[in-house]
This record gives sequence, C-alpha cells and structure tokens, in this order.
Amino acid sequence: MQKFFNLQLAFGLEWWKFLAIALVLYALIGGLLIDVPALPILHETIRNLYYHVTQWFGMMIILFVSLWHSIRYLSNFKMYHDFVAAEAANVGIYMGILGIVTGSVWAKFTWGAWWVSDAKLNGAAITLLIYFAYLILRNSMDEEQKRARVAAVYNIFAFTMLIIFLMVLPRLTDSLHPGNGGNPGFGGYDLDNTMKLIFYPAVIGWTLLGVWLMQVCLRIRTLNHKLLIKQFK
Amino acid sequence: MLELRMKYALNGILLYVISTVFVCYLSFRSVIQPTTWNSLFWIIMLFASINAVAKSFMQESRGRQLYMHTLASPQAIILSKIIYNVLLMISLSLICFLFYSLFIGNLVQDIPMFILCLLLGSAGFSSVLTLMSAIASRTNGNLTLMAILSFPVQVPLLMTLIRVSKNAIDGLDPSVSYKFLIILFLINVVVATLSYILFPYLCRD
Repeated sequence: MQKFFNLQLAFGLEWWKFLAIALVLYALIGGLLIDVPALPILHETIRNLYYHVTQWFGMMIILFVSLWHSIRYLSNFKMYHDFVAAEAANVGIYMGILGIVTGSVWAKFTWGAWWVSDAKLNGAAITLLIYFAYLILRNSMDEEQKRARVAAVYNIFAFTMLIIFLMVLPRLTDSLHPGNGGNPGFGGYDLDNTMKLIFYPAVIGWTLLGVWLMQVCLRIRTLNHKLLIKQFK
Repeated sequence: MLELRMKYALNGILLYVISTVFVCYLSFRSVIQPTTWNSLFWIIMLFASINAVAKSFMQESRGRQLYMHTLASPQAIILSKIIYNVLLMISLSLICFLFYSLFIGNLVQDIPMFILCLLLGSAGFSSVLTLMSAIASRTNGNLTLMAILSFPVQVPLLMTLIRVSKNAIDGLDPSVSYKFLIILFLINVVVATLSYILFPYLCRD
C-alpha cells in the first residue's frame, strides 16, 4: 500500500507526515489570509480560532491516546504501552501549553486581560497542573514496573478530572468562554463555511503533528531502554 | 483502622484543629467580614484534612499492608478506608465548626445548608486524599508528592465549597446552591468510583 507513495521513497517520510506538514502550513497561511466574518468584539482575532481551538482539540485527542494506552497497560502490562502513554502525555502537555498561551493572547484582545478568573480558564490551568503532577510522579520512581503501574493509575484519574474540569464544570457555572455557561459555541452562529474549511483540516494537522512528535520521542525512549538493557547483559 | 489502633494520632489531629482555630482567634479576634470568615474556615479545613487523611496509607508499615491484603480484597480495603476517612473528616469538620463559631463567632444564617456543605466537602476531601495517599505511599511515602498530586484536584473543590458556603452564610435561597451541591456530589462519586476501580492495580506487587 505504502509503496504507491513515491514521496516516501524520496524523503523517507510516511505519507501522513506530509499530510501533517501540508495541513499545518495550510492552516497557518490560509488562516491568516482567508476572509473571516466581521463580528463585534472579536474582529480579526477570530483567526485565533484556527490555532487556539484546534490546539486544544489536538491536545484532547492526544491525551485520550495517552489514557487509552494507560488502560491497555493495566490490562496486559506491556512496557510499550507505558512508553506511549508517557510520550503522549508529554506531547499533550506541550500542546496544552501552546493552547493556553494562544488563549491568553486572545483573551487579552477580546476580554481585555491576559487572564480572567473564569471556570473554563481555571479548569484549564488546573488540568495542566494535574498533568505536571503526572510527570513529577513518573520521575519520582525508579523501579520501572512500579512506575508504569502507578503512573497509569494516575493518568486515568487525570483524564477523568480533565473531562470534569474542562467539559462538565464550565457548562454548569457561569463562563465567559464560548460554548459554556449558556453562551453558544462558535459553531452555533458564526462558524461559516470558509472557516470550517480551515478549522477541521487544522485540527487534523495539529493532531498528526502531535502524533509525529510523539513517535519520534517514543523511538528515542525505546532506544534508550534497549541501550539500558544491553548494558546490563 | 489506623487511628483507632493509635489513639494518640486521633487526639493529635483533634488538638491540631482546635489549636489552629485558637491561633486564628488570637490573631484575628473576631471576623466580621463573611468572606474572610468563610475562607479562613475552609483553609483550616483543607490543612486539617491533609494532616488527617494523609496518614491513611503513609504510616502503615509494609508488613501491616501485606497482612491486610491477605485478610481482605483490595476493593474492600479501599472502600473501608474511604468510608472511615469520610466519617473521620465529617466528625472533624463538625468539631472544627463548633470551636470556630465558639471562638471567632458564627455568621452562618442558613445552618442546615452549611452543614450539608460541610458533609459534602469533607467527603470530597477525604476521598481525593485517600486515593492520593495510596498513590504516594507507592513512592516511598513522599509527603511533598502527596501535596502536589492532590492540590490541583482540591483547589476546584475548595472554590466550589467556598461559593456554596458563602451562599449559606448570606442565607440565600437554597435553590441558588443546588447546582454547586450537584457538582460536589459528582466529584465525590467520580473519585470514589475511580479509587474503587484503580486501587487493585496499585497494590499488586
């Protein structure tokens, strides 16, 4: 199947990596050039939708991958799943930081402050803190099997909290953030077709880029692991 | 469980709470502002809960933990720990409330609501801390780690609690607070279920 893609032979990259590059470039360039609906307050900052929202989408998908592998680890105890879960969490946190920074810039230009005390924003900050705690927890243990098991347990806990703090709580309380606290989401009234044309490819692009990054980190980790085993043989 | 075997630990926590309240009394005399009263109370509760519940797995010796696992299934152990800690925290919070209103003064207008809030809050604190204590005890009983792990979850819990109890202090209509009570209840149920499912994986060695 993959032999059909000559590009792979030329550059040594798989086809979906080209797709990732293309989609992210498309989102970056198209997002800045294509006409956007003129809306009060938002004005041109609505272009941030292509970056902020899509990065959060990508983060959610990649953290879900991390959760999935943690569950897999607890069901069959293969180290591979632990590695994937760890690297996916790393990449997810990285995208989360990007998302929170772009969100902060957006908040500055629409709500007038870098940070607003708001259910959604605080939920996002707390979720990041939980995932930082996950990284610290991982680093605090030396024994491999034990680390994998405890980290998997905490990861499942962390993702559940993410769902509660990002999806459930902001909807129950008042929030400035679109889609929460009675505000309609973007899709509801102003995401016209040209915006969708960039939005969804951008989501896929960021996610693929995240998967790529994860794969590279995963290879490094696996190689280090093999090296470590070799040393003891 | 642990505290019933070690009476001094239980008395220690009691003394801790009462002396904290007393120190607050000495430094504040009387608090007139409801907001300050409320926040001070919940901050005392937060630290009391960490002190009370953190012990549940940390101070168990390795041998005793193994012994318990031969006696009962992990699910039974975690459930009993959670129930015990919830009861402990509820009684602790009631005692704390009693002394707090004795020394600093009682500003609460809607006392049943406040008590309900206390119950849900102490249940939430103790169920989160029980799970975190179980996780942290796997890492050689690191108390700092325990704080790092549980703080992010406790902060939103604390924020919600402060908001509900502020409503109770101001004597607002209970219907205003139902939403927050549901949130608290939801977090409690989710955390308890998660600990029930996940704990067996933690104690496999």
